[in-house]
Amino acid sequence: METVIFITTAIVAVGAALGMVLSSNAVHSALFLILNFCAVAVMYLLLRAPFMAAVQVTVYAGAIMVLFLFVIMLLGAEKADLGSEPIGWQKPVGVLLGAVLLAEGIYVAYKGIKLVDAPITAALGIGQPTTLSAVLFSKYLLPFEVISILLLVAIVGTVVLTRRTVKLKEAE
Amino acid sequence: MLSTYAFIGIFTVAAITFPLLPLIISAIIRPNRPSEVKLSTYECGLEAIGEIWVQFKVQYYLYALAFVIFDIETVFLYPWAVAYGQLGLFALIEMGIFLMILTVGLVYAWKKGALEWI
Amino acid sequence: MYESLWVMIIHSVLLALAALTGFAYLTLMERKILARMQHRVGPNKAGPRGFLQPLADAVKLMFKEDIMPADADRWVYTLAPILATIPAVIIFAVIPLGKDFVFFGERVTLTFANIDIGLLYLLAVTSIGVYGITLAGWASNNKYSMLGGVRSAAQMISYELAFGLTVLVPVMLTAWHNPSGDGLGSLNLTTMVDAQAGTYLGFIPRWFIFTPTGWLAFIVFLIAATAEVTRAPFDLVEAEQELVGGYATEYSSMKFALFFMAEYMKLIAMSALAATFFLGGWRFPGLENIGGNWGALISFIVMLVKIIFFLFLSIWVRATFPRIRYDRLMDFGWKRLLPVSLATMAATAVFVVLVDQL
Repeated sequence: METVIFITTAIVAVGAALGMVLSSNAVHSALFLILNFCAVAVMYLLLRAPFMAAVQVTVYAGAIMVLFLFVIMLLGAEKADLGSEPIGWQKPVGVLLGAVLLAEGIYVAYKGIKLVDAPITAALGIGQPTTLSAVLFSKYLLPFEVISILLLVAIVGTVVLTRRTVKLKEAE
Repeated sequence: MLSTYAFIGIFTVAAITFPLLPLIISAIIRPNRPSEVKLSTYECGLEAIGEIWVQFKVQYYLYALAFVIFDIETVFLYPWAVAYGQLGLFALIEMGIFLMILTVGLVYAWKKGALEWI
Repeated sequence: MYESLWVMIIHSVLLALAALTGFAYLTLMERKILARMQHRVGPNKAGPRGFLQPLADAVKLMFKEDIMPADADRWVYTLAPILATIPAVIIFAVIPLGKDFVFFGERVTLTFANIDIGLLYLLAVTSIGVYGITLAGWASNNKYSMLGGVRSAAQMISYELAFGLTVLVPVMLTAWHNPSGDGLGSLNLTTMVDAQAGTYLGFIPRWFIFTPTGWLAFIVFLIAATAEVTRAPFDLVEAEQELVGGYATEYSSMKFALFFMAEYMKLIAMSALAATFFLGGWRFPGLENIGGNWGALISFIVMLVKIIFFLFLSIWVRATFPRIRYDRLMDFGWKRLLPVSLATMAATAVFVVLVDQL
């Protein structure tokens, strides 16, 4: 049963990813990406990490994609102009990087096959909120606090962006 | 554990069929007499001028950015809120620092007028 | 939890039908109460005292022509009402509505999905709820719809922050009251309800609203939830004076009905959540220890009464307050509600630790 769910989810995820890349309308792309995120969330569930699944949907599908959608909608960038390519070397570099990623994926998958024999019980509870906070406030304390600095920098960046628009408004 | 989530999965399927069913029934029984005027965009009877898929106010975008930042903060608070009773005073202080830094960010954004609706 | 696939399917169909019935009669209830508050009678022609009005409305909307503007984005235009409805329905999965019934040896549960991350599930589902209205506004290719859609998205995300922070207060108060006594908070809604069992001093229920910080969180929760479901006075997304019908301007027939179904179902869900987080869910001192099917029925009725109380409150608010201005709305969300919810959360944390130390 779990295998059937996994394969279905995987097909949905890959299909959504393809749809995202291939659709010419940016909003459609965004919708496909949301579907993809949700499929990935189901995979987290199958890995017994419900906390990660919920966070995946809340943060990625619920917050970051809203931001994406805003950018697309507010800039009037729905219709991608596929004819012109502003940066000439973009395509070959993209193909090259894609090939590197594919090789990496194959390597990891090849390595991962050997890991299948590892006992599955060791991973249980890894996505539980209690387990997570236990390591978050002991072993990974510094990274956790650094994240707050990172978020602070992001806020400052946001503010700087507004300041510019306010100044532009005044200049008009 | 997964069986409870299986219920949510099945319920989601039910929730998807739920709006589809009336849509399909209504598609079969309702009349369909389109005309050019009927299908035009409604703007209080005036002819629609210009596209709507144009550049919008940038302020909306900034709210969305700020939202993402604080949403991530909220997500970090959840595992902490569950376990801090056991983790004790240390975790409380740690979270206090975390929140302090972000509150500084909020106050900064406020004072600089980024939260002002212009 | 569930014995077989069929039990799950029956439970999910029952829950969906219950939500549908709730929506249908909420519309009637709202129209009746609003009418009374304005010295009118309200719908009273369809059936005895107007009780068949929701059915008549549904049949009427089914037979209405569905108009899709020529300039609209066909796929997204059709998808948007469906996307709006799904989160509104699936939110009910984690809300405990009462104790379990046993019929002929078969268990019928009113705690549909008792998951450990119930609260995060709620947060995830409400965050997905933004898309329906926003995409409806975008896909209609109408200036009013677009403005309504963008407004709604900005409003929902702004109040979602306060919403996400205030629901942390019941989580932490659960740590204080946890029935298992391990001092852990819980994201599980059933555990939260269990933590509100019993009384203080023998007569005050141990509901979270009666705790030193809980009442403040309760008020913030009510405001944020009202803004989340875009109800009056936060219904700027459909401000007819400025935006015609807002995001729904170009919608008609069943698709139009679906948006309203989503809004009212979300309102019911938020009322049920307010009852669960702060008013003890289906618990009521003296009535919660009755066993058997009667006990289950009573627990469900208690929950229903609490939900109807919040629904009435929402209708009352709609009849009383004028719509808030948009800049005020954003100001209120970011400069008042967000700091207050942060402070409430911090105060609760300190309070619970202090009580533990004493």
